[in-house]
Amino acid sequence: MKKAEEIFELIKSGFPGVTVELSADMPTEPIISVDPLKVHEICKFLRDNEDCKFDSLMNLSGVDDANGEKIKEEDDSEIIKGGTLSVYYHLHSMSLNHKITLRASAPRENPEVESVDNVWKAADWHEREAYDMCGIKFLNHYDLRRILMPYDWEDGSYPLRKDYKNPEFYNGMKVPY
Amino acid sequence: MALRTEELILNVGPQHPSTHGVLRLEVELEGELVVKVKPHIGYLHRCFEKHAEAMTYPQVIPYTDRMDYLASMYNNFGYVIAVEKLMGIEVPERVEYIRVIMGELQRIASHMVALGTYGLDLGAFTPFLYLFRDREKILTMFEMTCGARLLYNYMWVGGLSHDLHPDFVRLAREFIQYFRPNIVELNNLLTYNKIFIERTAHIGILPADTAINYGITGPMLRASGVNWDLRKNDTYSIYNRFDFDIPVGQGHMGTVGDCWDRYYVRVLEMEQSMRILEQALDQLPEGDINSALPKRIKPPVGTVYQRVENPKGELGYFIISDGSLNPFRVKVRGPSFVNLSVINELSRGHLIADLIAILGSIDIVLGEIDR
Repeated sequence: MKKAEEIFELIKSGFPGVTVELSADMPTEPIISVDPLKVHEICKFLRDNEDCKFDSLMNLSGVDDANGEKIKEEDDSEIIKGGTLSVYYHLHSMSLNHKITLRASAPRENPEVESVDNVWKAADWHEREAYDMCGIKFLNHYDLRRILMPYDWEDGSYPLRKDYKNPEFYNGMKVPY
Repeated sequence: MALRTEELILNVGPQHPSTHGVLRLEVELEGELVVKVKPHIGYLHRCFEKHAEAMTYPQVIPYTDRMDYLASMYNNFGYVIAVEKLMGIEVPERVEYIRVIMGELQRIASHMVALGTYGLDLGAFTPFLYLFRDREKILTMFEMTCGARLLYNYMWVGGLSHDLHPDFVRLAREFIQYFRPNIVELNNLLTYNKIFIERTAHIGILPADTAINYGITGPMLRASGVNWDLRKNDTYSIYNRFDFDIPVGQGHMGTVGDCWDRYYVRVLEMEQSMRILEQALDQLPEGDINSALPKRIKPPVGTVYQRVENPKGELGYFIISDGSLNPFRVKVRGPSFVNLSVINELSRGHLIADLIAILGSIDIVLGEIDR
């Protein structure tokens, strides 16, 4: 059983030159921030390393951090420019019984994160959901389609973005709310 | 000259009695053999996570009821302990015990539906009626306690909506006495039924390493022979005080991790839940249930991932708080969602009739998959 700090040190020594950060000031969980374009390598390392053995992905969530510049529109709605979208990975090792949370933040204008679905198959649907809801693009995902929303939902319209606007019409039908 | 054959695409669902809700399976067939299954979900999508962002923390609880509507108590349970962890609230002993009692009763009720409808899928009608008759007794106890039969909004952050009804403990004890012999009856009717075994043994075998890689949890993972239960392995609430066993699949009738094992693990789990219930009812302390209720629920800035052993598997709540009255983000990791994703792996190479047996053995609730 290893602490988040020890795992952080392992990642840091395993990947020199890659930005990794540990934020342990959160009240409940320490989080390790990693480069979104190195996630696949790091996750593979975490799964296969003898001291880590993270064999299961508990959860993967896409989050709109809403930390960009907020611009008021004419109709009083807000759009967000800049800032990041994040993916949180909750990993767990069944054999060593320790947990870790990873975060990969990608710029809002071009949110590209490497897919980990060939490290843990569990990531497949979770990544599709994060794409569907937050519009995060997972590079090298074999089948990145919408999962919960209809397949013909408007392109570029992602419900869990903080500046999402309900469409007025869907397939010619009025959308009341 | 060989006959030219083509693959056939068949849609099972969205409106089909064996899909347990509104699920569409796009099945690629070669003759009667399944080549590939592509599940299409989202027909019940209500965007729970978006709703949650517009609600205050206590207002989210009724929404959690509506995810896995067969295990609403447990959905409440997971959510409230996640928020309590974020806020650092200790709840009174009595509340902990009542939560465990409700949770375990809910587990039995959920497994009853799972087993009953599984029999129904495979053509056995009687066990379904027997189990629903018995489930009614649990629902009556819930109704006595909080006024609702399915969607309870019973567990609150820091407490409960109502204390137990004065008759509750007696009724719960009577239920255990009444239900134990009925499991034997169920075994005679369905579990050891020759036709049932023929339909389920050696079908849809899930090896342990595949299960772990797919993130499969709950009875499905245990049926694959992995001794893993969050109540023991990542304990929460007061589960470490009780003495109970974790049933795992042993391949009595076929291979470890087949449909029969998944079915039988649930039968055995009902007995273990009753053991926990008996101990909890014996130890149930007196006290005020609402002494820890916070006046205002406003967690500090932070994140929490709390997982509990829902009847169907690992139910996880990932909550990000920005220090306001509303959660910034609530993500639910539903067990049915993850468990369903393995169906292609399970059913490849089986007959189309076995696909129904495999789907039933996963025990999905679409309300939670689509959220």
